[in-house]
Formats: sequence, structure tokens, C-alpha cells
Amino acid sequence: MARMVTTRNKVISTAAAWLVGFLIFFPILWMVLASFKTELEAFAIPPSFLFFHWTTENYVTVQERSDYLHHALNSIVIAGGSTLIAMLIAIPAAWSMAFSPTKRTKDILLWMLSTKMMPPVGVLVPIYLIYRNFGLLDTRSGLIFILCLGNLPIVIWMLFTYFKEIPKDILEAARMDGATIGRELIYVLTPMAVPGLASTLLLNLILAWNEAFWTLNLSTLEAAPLTVFIASYSSPEGLFWAKLSAASTLAIAPILVLGWFSQRQLVRGLTFGAVK
Amino acid sequence: MATQQTQLLARTLLTPAVALLFIWMIVPLALTIYFATLHYNLLDPGSESFVGLENFRYFLTDPAFLASLQNTLVLVGSVLAITIILGVPLALLLDQQVVGLSIVRLMVIAPFFVMPTVSALVWKNLLMHPVSGLFAWIAHLFGLPAIDWFNDAPLFSVILIISWQWLPFATLILLTALQSLDEEQKEAAEMDGASAISTFIYITLPHLARPITVVILIETIFLLTVFAEIFVTTGGGPGLQTTNIAFLIYSQALIQYDVGSASAGGLVAVVLANIVAFFLVRIVGRNLEA
Amino acid sequence: MGQITLQGVQKSFGPVHIIKGADLEIADGSFVVFVGPSGCGKTTLLRLIAGLEDVTGGAILIDGRNVVDVPPAKRGLSMVFQSYALYPHMSVRGNIAFGLKMAGVAKDEINRKVEAAAATLNLTPYLERKPRELSGGQRQRVAIGRAIVREPKAFLFDEPLSNLDAALRVQMRLEVTRLQKQLGTTAIYVTHDQVEAMTMADKIVVLNGGKIEQYGSPLELYEKPNNLFVAGFIGSPKMNFVTGELAKQRGATTIGVRPEHLKVERDGQGGWHGTVSVAEHLGSDTFLYVDAGPLGMLTARYVGELDLHPGDKVSLIPDPARIHRFDDSGKSIHA
Repeated sequence: MARMVTTRNKVISTAAAWLVGFLIFFPILWMVLASFKTELEAFAIPPSFLFFHWTTENYVTVQERSDYLHHALNSIVIAGGSTLIAMLIAIPAAWSMAFSPTKRTKDILLWMLSTKMMPPVGVLVPIYLIYRNFGLLDTRSGLIFILCLGNLPIVIWMLFTYFKEIPKDILEAARMDGATIGRELIYVLTPMAVPGLASTLLLNLILAWNEAFWTLNLSTLEAAPLTVFIASYSSPEGLFWAKLSAASTLAIAPILVLGWFSQRQLVRGLTFGAVK
Repeated sequence: MATQQTQLLARTLLTPAVALLFIWMIVPLALTIYFATLHYNLLDPGSESFVGLENFRYFLTDPAFLASLQNTLVLVGSVLAITIILGVPLALLLDQQVVGLSIVRLMVIAPFFVMPTVSALVWKNLLMHPVSGLFAWIAHLFGLPAIDWFNDAPLFSVILIISWQWLPFATLILLTALQSLDEEQKEAAEMDGASAISTFIYITLPHLARPITVVILIETIFLLTVFAEIFVTTGGGPGLQTTNIAFLIYSQALIQYDVGSASAGGLVAVVLANIVAFFLVRIVGRNLEA
Repeated sequence: MGQITLQGVQKSFGPVHIIKGADLEIADGSFVVFVGPSGCGKTTLLRLIAGLEDVTGGAILIDGRNVVDVPPAKRGLSMVFQSYALYPHMSVRGNIAFGLKMAGVAKDEINRKVEAAAATLNLTPYLERKPRELSGGQRQRVAIGRAIVREPKAFLFDEPLSNLDAALRVQMRLEVTRLQKQLGTTAIYVTHDQVEAMTMADKIVVLNGGKIEQYGSPLELYEKPNNLFVAGFIGSPKMNFVTGELAKQRGATTIGVRPEHLKVERDGQGGWHGTVSVAEHLGSDTFLYVDAGPLGMLTARYVGELDLHPGDKVSLIPDPARIHRFDDSGKSIHA
């Protein structure tokens, strides 16, 4: 039963929550505002919050610079590609472990988790040298491959926890109803797993899109996604705050939207099902 | 338990994932170990020679190692403390009846979705810039001198940015856990005459113990290898003040091209991460039984 | 037709033997209940018949054909699960039709059969609803509908009523029995509730520790239990057991008397003496829990109201024709 809450309490908690929420969100808001300012206004002290000359010229400039589009395309290809491949490998594996567990399933799952805990920096050197020797440095396929491997354990785990929640009884009922394994997958398992598949896909797109270790170390120009492109603004001479803000806004906007959709699944995904 | 047919199929489906992850784990790790025993500098090709544990001795006795180890620990510890100490009350607040909660939730969770390079640059330039940043202006309003964040308190600045990124994560996990707390338990405590504070201490907090542990372990895994935020804001400096282990290894490998020493460092990082992973794996594993 | 025969069926999970050799003959059209305490292997035995588990040894014959290597779908059986196992994303119609669809039955025929099944089970108004929009009893009926629509050789029920409340359970018990008699299809029903077993079954299989203790009609089990376990398991309240001198006098290690076969007398002369410790007055019956000193606690049942209260002295006189005798190994001694 929901409890009675006095109006006064509700007003206080609402005000407090909105204030805190606003403070946390403020840096993003401030960035978005700066993206609509002229470079001069973006620097101005005292800063103007809303009453400045609103302009979209930064966005136009960013769009016109072909390098932005080039990097955005790289981000899409790399994040999308690595996520899709990871899903293709993970779905059968998670299915197998969730519905046909053995004594070793738990150990396998935990071992997979432990590969995710290996710090990337620990294997930076050999990966870098292997990539250099095979001509994979600064290639999209090279980044797709490594991000796919890096996220594979999370993908398997998320799918595993979702599949695990599908009652075995229902699959057995389908088997009793005469469904072959293939039809069981198509008519029963997939429709029931769609929400889980979708949130796994979403969360891993987000993780791959924002990945900023391998992308910074293994790509420079050709295959560089937006993380690298934005990082290039860090040089002291590149003080174009308004344009940086516009480029950043464009880089995070799609992910912010996806993230808002998947926020509920985020918790269980990133905690490997330990918190639901 | 199922029939043999399905078991066989299951083994077959599992194999690709296991094989890939196994290669992904073993090959680079073996190479790292191998390189770590070589004198190997990319600027000096052809001079590779076996040096045994020399690289480890060099890496571990390098003052930069101790400094970066300390920075790593301070960074991880501070971010953990900040995100949990702020995360618990924030989660409690969001668990109240709040008008427009879904929008507040969206605002609170947003920083987690911002790519690290963007958040680092926005904080560094738009907020923390000593002349034109918003913080400088606020300090000025109160008649205080502006702080040159990345010169005067570089590590703290990095910690601040990273805490902002991870606070949503901690809050969201704690909030999820709070929402799963049985309302009747709280009502039973109330019937037993517990005050709001004792309810929090005796009912809510114990309920949060496990999610807090999970937050600690998962954040630690990620925080041990923070890289982009340092790369973009300070480049490890000034001096070594913001160089953590991850950044130190990066700079030895890809700036000084000292493959041998960087590999030795990499192994040190692997060992450190494994210590944390050991505990996390146990917690998650216990959860698997259910 | 649906004659099912088990020949030396064994099942072990690793070193653990769950079913230690079961032989059973289930006649076509009969209603057989597997009953036993939890962990006795009754559900495993049902799943072996269904084909959801592989047997470790022995044979399962359906209409004379050994089906141990036949996948569940091809055995021509249908099953009602404890959790109902309804497909959450399908309507009631979709759930009931699924088996027919898998079998490639023509659309009109599927519709005809689904609607007939729904009519039998009073589900017609709910055909387009999703399972989550139904009550527990309705879900239960959908699960049964899914089973009957395929006209299987036999129904397998795995504790199907255990998630329902008491009143609904009685009602569904009647419905299931009525439906099975009407269709004349063989049914195997697993339960841990001996009242369900006694009321529904043509024949009961009492399982304990992976072994069949006894197979017979409800009254056979009640009147002639093979051993101590069956005697104690069948009947409610439980049979009273007495060991020692009293048993020895009758040439047995243990003797047993059901509560309803103990005559209660206030301060009587013969029989066993004791003090009432709890008296339960149900109106129709009175249950007395009597502390009979060296004999232990005895339960007596009196039909009708008996004005006795804790502390009253009573004597309990067993009906000599209804005393069950058991030997050292717990087996019944038949005169």
C-alpha cells in the first residue's frame, strides 16, 4: 500500500529533487547553451545564461567540416558493428548457459566476467604491436573487433540474466506442444526475450559509442570515432568553445536519448544481474 | 537438466564465445609477459634482448610508479567515497514522492551517458577555466579569487569530473535497490515503534549493504583504468600529479616507446585489478545460486 | 489409446539415484495419481514419461512402443505444469492453438477445436485476452485447454492445483476429474496432497525415496497398506503407531490404528488410557489429541460433537478388526 504523504513533505522533496537534478544536469545544459552562442559570448565574463544572441552557426560550421561527419560515421559503424557482432556470438552462448546449464556453467560465466576485469592497459602493448604488424591500426575493423571482444562478457551476462528469467516450464511446454528447437526459438523464446535483447543492444551501443581507451590509443584519423575527434579539441590552441560545445552536443545527443530509454535496464546490465 | 540432445546443442553454441574470449585473454597476456622480459624499444629496433626481471625492477623502482600508484589509489578511493556518500541520500530523495520524478531521473542519470572526452573537456573549459569558466565567475561573485583548478588542485579536479560521471551510476543502483525494499518491512518497523532514523539505520541501510558493495567493486574495476579524462585534461601533469597507472603505462608505451617496461607495468595493473576482481566475482557468483 | 508401461525405469543425476527402478502398468483411460513427500521422485518420474528428461535405464512403453529415444513432442502426450507455463505474449486463443499450429493443423480446424475446448472450460469470453489479464483459476483452465485440445494419448499433470486457493482447488479438482472421465483419456497426476490423491485417482502410486511403495486403488491403500510408510502417508489425520509390549502381544513390531478406528470413552475401563491435551471441535467431527503416557500421543477422531476438554481423562478402544500389524522391516503382516 502506498503511504499517505503530507503535501508539505511532497513539496519539500519535489523541490529538493528538482534542485539536485538540475545541479547534476547543469554541465550538460551549460554545454548545450554554449553551443548556441558565438565564440565571443561563450568566453564572456559575466556569462549570459539565456539572454544572448542565439545562433546556430556553430552547428552549421560543424556540419560543414567534413571531418565531423567522417568521425560521426566512424562512431556509428564501430559502435553498431561491434555491438551486432557481439550479439551474434553472445545470443547462442547465453541461450546455452541459461537453458542447459551444467556444473561448470557458473565457472564459465565468472571466468567470462573476469576477462572483462582485465585492465585494457595491461594488454595495450601487445595489442598495439599486433595491430601495427597486421595493419589494423586506425582501421574501423580493428576497432570493431576489439570493442566487440571487450563488451562480449557484458553482452553474454546481460542476455544470460534475461534468458534466465524466462521460466523453463514455458519452453518445456512448447516442447510438449510439439515445437522443434528452431520453432521454440522463433515462436516462444524470441518474443519473450525481445525486451532483454533490445536493452542489451542499447546498453552496448552506448558503451561502445563512449569507449575511450582503445579508440584513443588505436586510431588517429581515418577510423577515429567522435571520442577521438572531441579529444582533439583539448589542445590549448583549439579554444573554440562554442564549436566544441556544438560538436559535443551532437556527439552525445543520440546516446543520451538511447540512454534515457534504457536507464532501467542499465542497472542490471552493468551489475551483471547482481542488482535488479 | 535436460535431455542429451539439447545438452550437445548447448555445448556447440557456447563454444565460439568461449574460444574467442579465451584467445582474447591468453594471447595478449602471454605476449605481455614475454615483452616484459625483453629490452625492447620501438625507437631502437633490432636491439631486443632478454633481460629477465630487469623491466620489473626498473618499473617498480621508478619513482613515477609509486607516485602513479598513489594517485590511482587516491583517485579510486575519493571517487568511491564521493559517489556513495552523495549517492545514498540522493537515492533516498528520489525514492520519495516527487512531482515529475521521471524528468528528475533523466537529469540525474544523464552524465553517465556523456562520452568521457566530452565531459572532461566541458568541465575543463566551460566550468573550470581559471579566467572564463563559470566557477571562476561564481568565485568572483563572492569576492573570492578564482581557482586555477588544473594547476592548483589537478588531481582533485580530475576526481571531481569522474565523480560527476559515476554519481548517476551509484544513485541508480541504490535507487533500484531501495525500490525493491519491501514496504511492509518498513511498516512493521514503524509498528514496532522505530523512528524514521532507526528505520533507516536498521532496515534501509542493511538492505543497501549489498548494492553498495556491488557499486564499490564495479566502479573500482572501471576507475582503476581511468584514462580518457586524464588524457584530455592534464596529460598526467603537472609533473606526475595526475598520472595514474594506466596513464603511466600508456606514456611509456606510446610516448617513450619502451615496450619492455610498459609491459611490466601492464602486468602490475593486471595483478592489481585481479585483487579487486576476486572479490567482485565472489559477490556476483553468490548471486548466481539464487 | 493411452496405455503406459514402465519397465525398470531408473534415473540418476550423477551419483544421485532419483528413481531406483520403477515398474508400473497404467491402463488406458485410467486416472493415476503419483503421490509422495517432496523429493520422492514423483515429478522426475512424470518428466521421464513426458520425455523432458532422459532415462538412465529401463523402458517406457506407450501403447506398446518403447519411447525412451522419442523426443517429447513425438510422444503424443500433453502436460499441465505447476506454474501453468502459459506463453505470456500469446492470447488465450494463441496459447491453446499453439500445439495444433506446430502440428500443422489447418486453420479452420484449429479454430473449431480451440473454440470447442474453450467452451468446455468456460473460457470463451476470454479467448482474446493475454494470460496476465486472467485470474489464477482462469489461467489454470487455459493450461488445461492447451492440454486437451491436442487430443493426446495421455495427460500429465504436475501439481497443477498447488497455486490455487483452497476453495478454488476443490472446485478445479472436481472439474479435472469430470473432464477426464468425459474425455476418457489416460491421466497421470502428480501431487503431494494425499486428499487430492484419494479423491481423484482410480489408482494411486505412492512413491518414497525414488521407489514405488505401493500401487493400488485409494481404498486398497487405505485398508491394506503394504508398509508403515504407506500406512502413515495415506489417511488424515495420520495413523497412530504403537510399539513395544502392546505390539508384541499381537505378534508385531509396530501396530497402527487410524484415528477414526479408536472408540473414545469417558473414564472407560478397557482400552488405552490417556489425558486429552488438545480437542478440536469442528462440529461435524471432533479431533482429540490424547497423551497416552508410555504409548505417546494418540489422535482420535469422533464423528459428531463430543464434549471433551483438555485435562479430561479418556480411554481409547481400538477396533480389533482394524488394527494394522507391521514387522521389523516395516512390512505389513497379513493374517
